[in-house]
Amino acid sequence: MSVATPTTETTEPDAAPQLPPASQVYLARSRVEIVEFFRQKEALVFTLIFPSLLLLIFGAVLNYDIAPGLTFVQYFMAGMVASGVLASGFQNLAITIAIERSEGRLKRLSGTPMPKSAYFVGKVVQVVVVGVATIALLMVVGVVVYGVDLPATAEKWMTLVWVTLLGLAACSLLGIAFSSAIKNGKSAPAIVTPIALVLQFISGVFFVFTDLPSWMQSIAAIFPLKWLTQGMRAAFLPDSFAVREAAGSFELGTVALVLGAWTIAGMVLSILVFRWRDRADG
Amino acid sequence: MTTDSPGVADHQTTPAPADVDVAISVRGLRKSYGVHEAVAGIDLDIARGEIFALLGPNGAGKTTTVEILEGYRRRDAGEVSVLGVDPARADARWKSQIGIVLQSKGGDSELTVAETVRVQASYFANPRPVEEVIGLVGLTEKLKARASSLSGGQQRRLDVALGIVGRPRLLFLDEPTTGFDPEARRQFWELIGQLRQLGTTMLLTTHYLDEAEALADRVGVIAGGRIVEVGIPAELGGRHLAPARVRWVEDGRRREETTATPTAVVQALSQRLGGEIPGLAVQRPSLEDIYLQMIGEPA
Repeated sequence: MSVATPTTETTEPDAAPQLPPASQVYLARSRVEIVEFFRQKEALVFTLIFPSLLLLIFGAVLNYDIAPGLTFVQYFMAGMVASGVLASGFQNLAITIAIERSEGRLKRLSGTPMPKSAYFVGKVVQVVVVGVATIALLMVVGVVVYGVDLPATAEKWMTLVWVTLLGLAACSLLGIAFSSAIKNGKSAPAIVTPIALVLQFISGVFFVFTDLPSWMQSIAAIFPLKWLTQGMRAAFLPDSFAVREAAGSFELGTVALVLGAWTIAGMVLSILVFRWRDRADG
Repeated sequence: MTTDSPGVADHQTTPAPADVDVAISVRGLRKSYGVHEAVAGIDLDIARGEIFALLGPNGAGKTTTVEILEGYRRRDAGEVSVLGVDPARADARWKSQIGIVLQSKGGDSELTVAETVRVQASYFANPRPVEEVIGLVGLTEKLKARASSLSGGQQRRLDVALGIVGRPRLLFLDEPTTGFDPEARRQFWELIGQLRQLGTTMLLTTHYLDEAEALADRVGVIAGGRIVEVGIPAELGGRHLAPARVRWVEDGRRREETTATPTAVVQALSQRLGGEIPGLAVQRPSLEDIYLQMIGEPA
């Protein structure tokens, strides 16, 4: 309603209204991302519950000692926590973003005044919530069923926190970037899941890393999961185990360096290749 | 609301007046994909408050044109102004005045209807109340239903709700009823009629002739990347002026005459043949005949 101009009834004020504050949109996006995740049965089962299920099964089968007083389940726990981080960040985002792109949901979002950053903020919040829930569930199952030891000192808890956060950052950004390589959202799980599985086999999740052939260890060292798993071992295994690592220590400095490098690489890749539209859509 | 619509016949020669009554102004728009020229020089003016239908067969360039106007695609050449702004340089504030209903691809969002509209509303400064919008598109009973559980027609209604929740001044609807059964299409047309009451400017694309005729104030027929005609539906292709064909049977043979004055012809025939004319038929070209002729397909 224009008050001052008595000209005609046709003219609405031409100035566009102020947009809502970004923080408000961030909240709204974060909320729907979390709600949607927890309503999707596939996501819930394969991302959140699957690591705990594997812990249950492998713990029952491979319940031998790998060192005096150290069970394989304790070693496997560290691997599953790392895998949970990979699943919440990489698998989750690579698959869901590819599907959202195929369904035209990203295109629709990009046609609204929503700040583009709000989409990614929503995803990050979702990944952190899912990652923390996955790890919490693993800890409950591990402690209750197999008497797994949680990180023993405050310092080890801190290690768990920073390795988790840095791991989620690297995996999320790589997931966002990788989603652009998937042409059809329907095939996304079939493409992404085997990648995660192979990485788990060569990165010291299912087997003790130092038992793997050295060429396999060298390949695994390129990818983030090996370092993520190693960082988690620093949190979940006693310091006395460090000598049994390939380098004779948990190499936390290198863990931070490699995960940090993958985070930066993931960010650069995402900026370069992220698309709001399907490739088939021109 | 103004009731003046811009000139019908001379739309291609009149330069666009840069005033507030013009919602969309396009001059010499071109876009190619490789060697294929999808849009081959389009001029178009759409007034505020007007419902304009871009009618054409698949592959005529409708979606490419509309997506350039929506800011989704870059153009190769031409001038485009949408609400006074070049969509290629559009910002969030421009987008807040536009509503877009894309061609539907389906989707299986696990959000409810209300949640879907509410998050969309959060992107806008002055959105319509969520429940009001849902009522407007006739989904009140589905407020708490998952979007993934809706039928095709209901999903499309939800798409429209998302398009109008931000109180757009201009609403784009790209083939809104493709894949609908006749009943769902009727209902959808009623919905568009209601939006017309709100004074929203609309540009819709369709390949359904009856849809363009039922909804639009003006229709632009597009074929081969060019607008071949713009007019009000009743006058499209000069249908109201087109000569009629009078057919009858005389001396055991079919006879036919094409005339601008069929009544006079029939009168003369009646006198000559003494009352009743055997096999009499008077035909004007149907809108469909005209349309098929315009888009270059054999009628």
